[in-house]
Amino acid sequence: MATKKSRLHIPRPSARPGDEPDFAYLELSDAGSVDKPSINARTRDIEWLSSGLVRILDDEHHAVGPWKPDIEPEKLQVALRWMMLNRQFDKRMWQIQRQGRISFYMEAAGEEAVSIGAAMALRSGDMCFPSYRNQGLYMYRGVNLVDMMCQCLSNTRDMCKGRQLPVMYHSRSGNVFSISGNLATQYPHAVGWAMASAIKGEDHIAAAWLGDGSTAEADFHHALTFAAVYQAPVILNVVNNQWAISSFQGTAGGERRPFAARGLGLGIPGIRVDGNDLLAVYAVTLWAADRARRGGGPTLIEKVTYRAGAHSTSDDPTKYRPKDEGASFPLGDPIERLKQHLITEGHWSEKKHEALDTELKASVLAAWKDAQQYGTMTEGPFLDPSSMFDDVYAETPHHLRSQRRRMLEVEESNNATTSDARGDHAAKGTLSGRGTP
Amino acid sequence: MAQMNMIEAIRSALDIVMDKDPNVVVLGEDVGYFGGVFRCTDGLQRKYGDHRVIDAPIAEGGIVGAAIGMGVNGLRPVAEIQFADYIYPGFDQIVSELARLRYRSCGEFFSPVTIRTPCGGGIRGGQTHSQSPEAIFAHVSGIHTVMPSNPYDAKGLLIAAVESDDPVVFFEPKRIYNGPFDGDPEKPAVGWSSHPKGEVPEGHYTVPLGTAEIAREGSELTIVTYGTLVHVAIAAAEATGVDVEVVDIRSIAPLDVDTLVASVNKTGRCIVAHEATRFGGYGGELVARIQKDCFWNLETPIRRIAGWDTPYPHAFEWQYFPGKKRMIAGIRNMMDIE
Repeated sequence: MATKKSRLHIPRPSARPGDEPDFAYLELSDAGSVDKPSINARTRDIEWLSSGLVRILDDEHHAVGPWKPDIEPEKLQVALRWMMLNRQFDKRMWQIQRQGRISFYMEAAGEEAVSIGAAMALRSGDMCFPSYRNQGLYMYRGVNLVDMMCQCLSNTRDMCKGRQLPVMYHSRSGNVFSISGNLATQYPHAVGWAMASAIKGEDHIAAAWLGDGSTAEADFHHALTFAAVYQAPVILNVVNNQWAISSFQGTAGGERRPFAARGLGLGIPGIRVDGNDLLAVYAVTLWAADRARRGGGPTLIEKVTYRAGAHSTSDDPTKYRPKDEGASFPLGDPIERLKQHLITEGHWSEKKHEALDTELKASVLAAWKDAQQYGTMTEGPFLDPSSMFDDVYAETPHHLRSQRRRMLEVEESNNATTSDARGDHAAKGTLSGRGTP
Repeated sequence: MAQMNMIEAIRSALDIVMDKDPNVVVLGEDVGYFGGVFRCTDGLQRKYGDHRVIDAPIAEGGIVGAAIGMGVNGLRPVAEIQFADYIYPGFDQIVSELARLRYRSCGEFFSPVTIRTPCGGGIRGGQTHSQSPEAIFAHVSGIHTVMPSNPYDAKGLLIAAVESDDPVVFFEPKRIYNGPFDGDPEKPAVGWSSHPKGEVPEGHYTVPLGTAEIAREGSELTIVTYGTLVHVAIAAAEATGVDVEVVDIRSIAPLDVDTLVASVNKTGRCIVAHEATRFGGYGGELVARIQKDCFWNLETPIRRIAGWDTPYPHAFEWQYFPGKKRMIAGIRNMMDIE
């Protein structure tokens, strides 16, 4: 047995810690080299779109080729601003987690364009079903930084009332769905939402995001099947950031065919796009949105990018991939590339960039100061724990009302015992003894 | 009043809610053109069109997942899972998404999906067409779990389920679709026409979620049960001559504790019965609750009568099913009758 070559293929990444980073496996196309078909093209006639790589920004930072969008430089400056804000926000929140002020965090470093580029191409009535690394969507759709921070703090202004891990935001008014924490579950929701839009005769579309690793989940395949069967007006984004915690994209089945090709067997067109090229992300999203809005059905978009940071604050990527791998990623960094493009075109400067970065950093810090006033994990004010019984059902049923009473009795008797022992009468009459307002 | 069997009552409920609210849509395997393998959706697609009565791919996870998305976008989906035995591929979507969405988003998002699914044995369905998985769903907070035992309740509860803003898993005991079943497979089948609960109003009415009903009044012993076993319990009571009270729970979760506690406090004896397996089953929850609230009035320990802790065997269905003989033995044993 030992001498015979195994017929079992175990996918292995091109580099592990101590190895030279190697991205030779990534098939690249030159900027501007992939054709742009009509939005009415039949899937069978545009299968090549799923294996090429749509890129607009070339190595000299010019926008080139048929996908180059007609977009004003002011709009691109706004896009740059959102991506920079996303990064500054993540940096600050990461630091705050390291200080023990929040329990957990996930950053989007290196992947900002997959949220912002797409958000810019969608209409405000279109519904977004994000994964946990799409905080840029919430920012772009109007959720303010203080509210996002308060969610991460589980404090008295937390939109989730202390029920969800940090980063599991939601925004009804911004049309951005609630993040579950389970993977890929939002994909069939997006398809169902899009089907409902079509059933009601509305022209809104849905867009969903998940990672390369999550494409292995059944929900991904259910969603593709339903989207194809009913030609649902939906954009299905696969953010291929090369890593699912420690598993490289080959473990999810990315070694032989791109994720963009997953829908071809069902007749869903696939587009493989440079996910760090904001212009390209914007352009392909606009194409897919137009197609969906005109009854052309779903599009699967694979956004090739790189998870520049750790999976989460609980993760240490130096244990499973080369420490400097990100620096060798051939598609660079989305913020740096858009910045250089705007500078090259004469619409931006290093000085302006630096000033903007300073301004955003200050606004994030100001938001943090504001957010803490609503409480942190260690300092009040604290949420009323009896609110944990709300929203399980539309109306709180008898057994939950009774459990709420019992929980409060226990809390109050504990407080009484503690304060009697300490002779501390000030804590009496509060719900948790932690100064609940 | 009209005479309806349970299938007709369910169809009537769907017809009424679809007629009243254009946002109600039905989706599931074979529910459209064909009208469902048990005919519960027969005629609905012809009446409401194929955009509202939708034949779905064979993917229960996809059916539930898509229904959730539809519900978020303002529709009121009624999803059919063809057999309760097939519900497991949709389990994660029900437990992690449907049941939790309102809670995790603090009411900003919710999805008022009703999931209908036929359950239970007694039709020679073997282990993949006979299961009663209600306890698994009763264990999940955020959903209502319901199982009617007759056409009147089926229609009223289904209308209440669809009109509720909460998700509901609606179990339909398929053995009693066409008529009540007293647990004796040797007897010829009877229809609902001779049963008072086969009298069903043609129009709109609801049976509120979360309410139990006394199916038979009695003074000596309470049998707490639901679904097909309601009829088995009544037949067994009549065969023994014991004055048994039968409580039909109807809503498995949330549970109407008051009705069953009042009954057991009155009779002082209690048997908890369900077709599902015993170990870790829903009966254990009922027993715990009853002993806590009725302890000082109990004359004897509470007993459980349930399916054996095996998969549902095809050839030994009547040895498995907790039928009339076991129910009679249970009553006699508790009353010390030789």
